[in-house]
Amino acid sequence: MSMKTLMTAAALAALAQSAGAEVKVGMITTLSGGGASLGIDTRDGFMLALDKSGRDDIEVIIEDDQRKPDVAVQITDKMIQSEKVDVLTGIVWSNLAMAVVPAATAQGLFYLSTNAAPAQLAGKGCNQNYFAVSYQNDNLHEAAGAYTKEAGYAKPFILAPNYPAGQDSLNGFKRFYDGELAGEIYTELGQTDYAAEIAQIRASGADSVFFFLPGGMGISFLKQYADSGVGLPVVGPAFSFDQAILQAVGEAAVGVSNTSTWSKDLDNPANAAFVAAFQEKYDRLPSIYAAQGYDTANLLVSALEKADVSDADAFRAALAEADFDSVRGKFSFAANHHPIQDIYVREVIKEGDIYTNKITGIAMEDRANAYVDECSM
Amino acid sequence: MSAILIVEQVLNGLQSGVMLFLMAAGLTLIFGVMGLINLAHGSLYMVGAFAAAAVAGATGSFVLALGAALVAAALAGGIVELVVIRRLYGRDHLDQVLATFALILIFSEGTRWLFGSFPLYLDIPDWLAGPVTLPGGIQYPLYRLALIVVGLVIAAGLGLLISRTRIGIQIRAGENDREMIAALGVDISRLYTLVFALGAGLAGLAGALVGAIQSVQVGMGEPVLISAFVVIVIGGIGSIKGALVGALMVGLTDTLGGIFLPELFKLFTDPAKATATGSAFASMAIYVLMAAVLVWRPTGLFGARA
Repeated sequence: MSMKTLMTAAALAALAQSAGAEVKVGMITTLSGGGASLGIDTRDGFMLALDKSGRDDIEVIIEDDQRKPDVAVQITDKMIQSEKVDVLTGIVWSNLAMAVVPAATAQGLFYLSTNAAPAQLAGKGCNQNYFAVSYQNDNLHEAAGAYTKEAGYAKPFILAPNYPAGQDSLNGFKRFYDGELAGEIYTELGQTDYAAEIAQIRASGADSVFFFLPGGMGISFLKQYADSGVGLPVVGPAFSFDQAILQAVGEAAVGVSNTSTWSKDLDNPANAAFVAAFQEKYDRLPSIYAAQGYDTANLLVSALEKADVSDADAFRAALAEADFDSVRGKFSFAANHHPIQDIYVREVIKEGDIYTNKITGIAMEDRANAYVDECSM
Repeated sequence: MSAILIVEQVLNGLQSGVMLFLMAAGLTLIFGVMGLINLAHGSLYMVGAFAAAAVAGATGSFVLALGAALVAAALAGGIVELVVIRRLYGRDHLDQVLATFALILIFSEGTRWLFGSFPLYLDIPDWLAGPVTLPGGIQYPLYRLALIVVGLVIAAGLGLLISRTRIGIQIRAGENDREMIAALGVDISRLYTLVFALGAGLAGLAGALVGAIQSVQVGMGEPVLISAFVVIVIGGIGSIKGALVGALMVGLTDTLGGIFLPELFKLFTDPAKATATGSAFASMAIYVLMAAVLVWRPTGLFGARA
């Protein structure tokens, strides 16, 4: 092939591509390694909403970040420079979000967060092009603190891994639980054996336990805790009781109270439609990550109905209106582009052979976040 | 800090030590006999756990699940030795690290391909569930006591195998001088496959035993692998006795350090800061221990050569 035909072919290919899709979305999420189930659910929820919207002018480029910040940064650069995406989304982990989001929004791109929403991006580091559709990281822990207080526990024992999100977790808990603590410990990130911590809980005279141990850490802790016979009531954020890992925890999780912005039995038409469609398409129950992915895609579609993505100001204003039917019911954005929403208390139950959650109450109503005042945009 | 708590923590340290020993024993034999650094040892641990979860799910029997873990991991180890590892003995350590690292990726993605990305369920059997009351009013999970017993029995069995049997003599001879034992008519390549499968089986068994109280998921073996390397460096490469002593030292240091260091820091600073710095120091404790042992005995506690 001569150089000329090659160039023509390339130009034609470029034309065909630009004619096919008007909006390009880059999804960076975790599809391999230990945290893959979270990213897979995020992706599946997001794609389900796009399918249902019937729009064929949205092209989604999906890449696996392997849960590594450096890989996420490389993918982002590629997506911005050679794929020319308009919107980025999909990151599950806060440390990856910190590596990607500030640089991307500084270049004028929009970032819609399906999960990670660290305090740094909500307060002084907020950006007008950054929208957290999920929550602010502290929210579920704050709600757990509020619930612990309201349920009348007077001496909770609290633990979390020793990394930024773990410290945010215990601080969030203490923001709304101001009573006495039986103990407070930071465990190692990635720790799998909690015998030593459980012995401390037993010896501490606590009346309840709050823990934030995402992923495999939570599975290990709950199984070992159940087997230890300590038997104190447990409260935690949704992450360790989510559909994606509940089957692996099994009986040990039944009866545990956990705080969440979403549950599959939330009574609103958007949620009923989402749960049914997700089950039909993927043959499993959706998780909170799938729900957040689904809401993010619907927010994107709602904004595209009103404004073109190339008109950044109009598009931003359309996003901020949050004019879509959230599976979480009430949903609006606070001034720092993080949600104002209700946070529920769920209880783990067994339905037939499947472990799942049911809502038992509301921990916090119309909760925004602690960082609104620090953000100026 | 009560006496009961301290006894309980010592038991916890012992339990994590003996499980670490099952991992480290295979690693140290493979390194000692074949001079091979096997990074994929953690993958064999994972294979054991997944095989156990699959068989327990299908049959409901925990004992069968343990058997399956042992067999599956030994089989996987044997095949890997015949197909890949065999080509690496003559190469330098960097090639071995590279090839066995590739094996980690292949095992991880292969497992995901077979079982999916969601963690599997494997639980303690009913007859080992729940706590028992020990003399002195200490409540301790029966399953963890069982792990200590099983680990010590295997350690004793392995000790006898190495010191008393013909195969043990060949293994020890292979560590000292592999050319000479080959010249004496021992089928060295069969011996290598056997040792590799034995090490793999032990790792698989550890994966299944520990998987019942932790989470069975892709990548579960790598954190254990790092501790196991620390163990064999402390114990001395190639020594089963060293692996046992090293594993118990690492298990106890890790567990007790996590409890006492934050308490120690509470004497100097406020509690919140003390827990954060204390746990940070505790996670370094086993490496400090390793460095101290190496300063005192550069070849490890029971190591013969550098």
